[in-house]
Amino acid sequence: MIRKLFAKHDNWFFKAGFVITVFMVLLVLIGQIWTPYDPAAMDAAAKAQGPSWAHLMGTDYFGRDIFSRVLEGAGATLMIAFFVVLLGAGLGTLVGALTGYFGGVVDEVLMRICDALTAFPSVLLALIILAVLGPGRLNVIGVLALVFIPSFARIVRTEYARIKKLNYVSLAKLQGIGTPRILLKHILPNILPVLLPAVSIGFNNAVLAEASMSFLGVGVSASEVSLGRMLSDSQNYILRGLPWYAIFVGLTIVLLILGFSLLGEGLRRED
Amino acid sequence: MNFVLKKLGTLLLTLLILSFVAYAAFEMVGDPVNLILGTNASPEDVAALRESLGLNKPLLVRYLRWLTGFISGDLGSSYIYRIPVSSMIGEKLGVTIFLTLMGFGLTLLFSIPLGVYGARREGSWADRLLTVVNQIVMAVPAFFVAILLMVLFGVALRLFTPGSFVPFEESPGAFLLYMIFPALSIAVPRTAMTAKMLRSSILGEMQQDYVRTAYSRGHNRQTALKAHAFKNALLPVISFMASTMAEMLAGCIVIEQIFSIPGIGRLLMVSISNRDIPVVEAIVMILAVWVMVVHFLGEVAGEMLDPRRRA
Repeated sequence: MIRKLFAKHDNWFFKAGFVITVFMVLLVLIGQIWTPYDPAAMDAAAKAQGPSWAHLMGTDYFGRDIFSRVLEGAGATLMIAFFVVLLGAGLGTLVGALTGYFGGVVDEVLMRICDALTAFPSVLLALIILAVLGPGRLNVIGVLALVFIPSFARIVRTEYARIKKLNYVSLAKLQGIGTPRILLKHILPNILPVLLPAVSIGFNNAVLAEASMSFLGVGVSASEVSLGRMLSDSQNYILRGLPWYAIFVGLTIVLLILGFSLLGEGLRRED
Repeated sequence: MNFVLKKLGTLLLTLLILSFVAYAAFEMVGDPVNLILGTNASPEDVAALRESLGLNKPLLVRYLRWLTGFISGDLGSSYIYRIPVSSMIGEKLGVTIFLTLMGFGLTLLFSIPLGVYGARREGSWADRLLTVVNQIVMAVPAFFVAILLMVLFGVALRLFTPGSFVPFEESPGAFLLYMIFPALSIAVPRTAMTAKMLRSSILGEMQQDYVRTAYSRGHNRQTALKAHAFKNALLPVISFMASTMAEMLAGCIVIEQIFSIPGIGRLLMVSISNRDIPVVEAIVMILAVWVMVVHFLGEVAGEMLDPRRRA
């Protein structure tokens, strides 16, 4: 599967994105099993230090190792992004497939709603809903998945509406193949070239949205770790002349987003 | 002008539906009476307050009253501060709009030359370098640009003091100097995206038949690009700019927080945590009107430039 993708998308966007994403995901996975220090362990002897060999990204005011905390925070952020994309893309595909394939009044109404929703910045919408619901990891996942549904539904709907008119689908119908099978086995694989880049960009947007919202204090709750939360903490360090914390957390977010955006760009190109 | 009217109708209808959904949702959030009087108020006080706030009326009546108020500029009054919402929002809205427009202006200023340059020198080392830099800059979120600018210009070079916002009335010069950095923060990632989009849009147009015809009439690459491809290439960019405007407004909320700018975004966050529903409703509606009007203008501008799209 991966070899096939590489053969089809032989461009540097895809390769670079693949390398960065695999690197970051591996780092996060390792961080789940092992971190250089206990992310919560405080060390009064090593408070607010810059980067060194002992502490790659330095330490915070409590003497906690920032690199270990970044690994933990990136894990939380990636996990949130994963479930947001899984739910958002899954439900979006379901809605898009059904409305695109069957059309009719429901299709019209749903797409009008989608149009109105996608005009509104999804982060703003999520922010308002979340601020009302209250912070927490599950709330973030639910709300972000909800606001991500329309963008996926729209893409998938267009593709299903286009492909259902093709001859091979009519032939499949004539052969008496059931509708669920046509939707899943005959059409879905053919929309992957459009769906995969969208999923990749979805990851990109989910990481960005989680970071923005936790940064504003409406994302994950105060006791949970995430990259956005850490970035918001790190602001206090900047004015006291300790920019390292913010820079390393920010760079981690940039690397995550860069990996996914390059992957998305590479998947869209066919050379 | 038919297409404008049609679009305007859709715009108003969407706003009407949106306003009802937003109003109903926020009204469901909680009863403001407990919030204002505390939990151990006497039942008579509670009843009196409900009466004076008009909470005894059905939802639809309250909504219509609120809507007519909103249209005529009366945004209701804050539950917490007991002053008109419009007086709380007034100046802050100005600051946020200024920030958005400044960010938008900077984006246009940088992205158009960069995009055109990349397209003109397609494949040159400068174009390749630009493509790589663009791709990386696109991945840097506005809030991280803000932090980098703060570290570089605020802490290291001491060009401005983070957190010391100066109102325009006090000193226009100091206000402008302070606003450059937040405006740059929202402009930088969007500049990269717009430049990239403009470049590929121009290159797409350069493949078209009419450009080949222009070559046959004696145009070279530079003049054909200028006289023919550029205008057509702008069409998709215009609708992208409309969404840029909308995204920037959302971005402002975070940026205002970082730079401690007293704009509408900070007021929104504070009002939400105070459960000051009238303020939240007013701000959300203003944001919605802003976003919808910008998209409307983008569509109209696109159709003005391209008569083919007037359906």
